[in-house]
Amino acid sequence: MSEQRDEGYDEWIEAIERGEGYALECANGHGSLPPRRLCPECGDSELEKQPLPDSGTLDTFSTIHVATPAFTEDAPYVVAIADFGLLRLTGQLRGVEEPEVGMRVGVGIEGRKTTEEPLLVFRPA
Amino acid sequence: MTGVRIAGTGHTHFGQFPERTGRDLFAEASATAIERSGVDHSKIEALFYGNFMGELAEDQGHQGPLMAEMAGIRAPATRFESACASSGVAVREAVKDIRNGEADVILVGGTERMTNLGTAGATKALSIAADELFEIRAGMNFPGAYALMAQAYFSEYGGDRVDLAHIAVKNHENALENEYAQYQRAITIEDVLEAPPVAEPLGLYDACPITDGASAIVLVSDNFAERTGIDAPVSITGTGQGSDRMALADREFLARTPAATAAAEEAYGDAGISPEDVEVAEVHDCFTIAEVLAIESLGFFEPGEGIGAARAGETTRDGEIPINLSGGLKAKGHPVGATGTSQIIELARILSGQHVNSDAVSGAKIGLTHNAGGTVASTTVHVLEVVA
Ligand SMILES: [Zn+2]
Repeated sequence: MSEQRDEGYDEWIEAIERGEGYALECANGHGSLPPRRLCPECGDSELEKQPLPDSGTLDTFSTIHVATPAFTEDAPYVVAIADFGLLRLTGQLRGVEEPEVGMRVGVGIEGRKTTEEPLLVFRPA
Repeated sequence: MTGVRIAGTGHTHFGQFPERTGRDLFAEASATAIERSGVDHSKIEALFYGNFMGELAEDQGHQGPLMAEMAGIRAPATRFESACASSGVAVREAVKDIRNGEADVILVGGTERMTNLGTAGATKALSIAADELFEIRAGMNFPGAYALMAQAYFSEYGGDRVDLAHIAVKNHENALENEYAQYQRAITIEDVLEAPPVAEPLGLYDACPITDGASAIVLVSDNFAERTGIDAPVSITGTGQGSDRMALADREFLARTPAATAAAEEAYGDAGISPEDVEVAEVHDCFTIAEVLAIESLGFFEPGEGIGAARAGETTRDGEIPINLSGGLKAKGHPVGATGTSQIIELARILSGQHVNSDAVSGAKIGLTHNAGGTVASTTVHVLEVVA
């Protein structure tokens, strides 16, 4: 799996890793993630890269104890959804003992324990 | 437009049968359904079949013709895949074909073989119903997704793990005498609260089990039923389907399921009824929180009100609207591809007085099934009515 390239997605992960994360925005202000040719909300084809804000808001979270084989060594871990304005992102929350809905988080790319794949990680901003 | 009758049903025991092949499970369910329908094999014009993880569980794709063979029929056969709503979608397409006059007799069903994969393997297989790039790679899995929805619900509307525990206790209670059910065993609130956590706030007893099983029904047109004089008192009078954005994070609401609302509105309109007319329902309670989201989206309770319904006795067997009298996915079990048709079988048996729990709603004429895929990116809703 690590040999496989996923065009569009890989470049997006690399951009987040450089601190240059972005979302795609259509003419009507809907956000989406690559690879994408049309806005999933309205079908607009004019999608432009917009930089993600430095921090987002934690919308929900869960400590996962029973993991799939790709995350067994990582468990328990906290998976979370955070709102970055144009869209929400799903990632893992690190660096906080007692997560709270509404807290501010930044986004980056970190390693995992079970496999070598990159991981989208939120940390308190 | 002709009505669509349920002429016969077949249901394997739901449980752990890791040694049984998917094809053998479906052979059992389909043989029972066809025999009980009184319809000759040669009259069946198509097989619409639901299955989700056959490629992962037994390296078996292209299951349509295989399962037609196992059912002993020679007819066009198509597999439908829509995650946990796979056979719900198959039923809907069969209803449309019979109404359109494309066919008079269709065999519909579904199968899932899961427990041979083990817990980790089945958890991985279930997770592929989520967005691979943006959810699975972040470590979100099926229990995790519903846990995120539960936490979002608690934050937005309130409620707690005790409210959810009442749903699990209720559904286990309902399954006690159900011979098809995986768990015919009562549990207590303490059992649920003290169970090991799976994905907080959800614990082991908030989750449906991993299940092997199959289910099948023979659907016929009104004309066919009348011409052949077969006994088919229950009709599918409403069908609806809704979709939503694939990833939970991309939905407008994290604690609501608008795809189910869309499916329900379509099905209510189709049947010419409103939510108040529904007397009993089988809903997709893959996790306790899923039952809450379902009964709100179907219009039985306002958003924020569903969480306390089981605890208040409103959805228990003697409540205003009994939910999951079969035991639901929670206690009856959830062999993914078989669940949509299983719900219809159980509801038809409840309405026609053949179910062990029919007494709870004696005289009821109208019921509803709600079958959801993934984190409710897909939903089908069907209305069943006693017509004869
Ligand atoms: Zn748009």
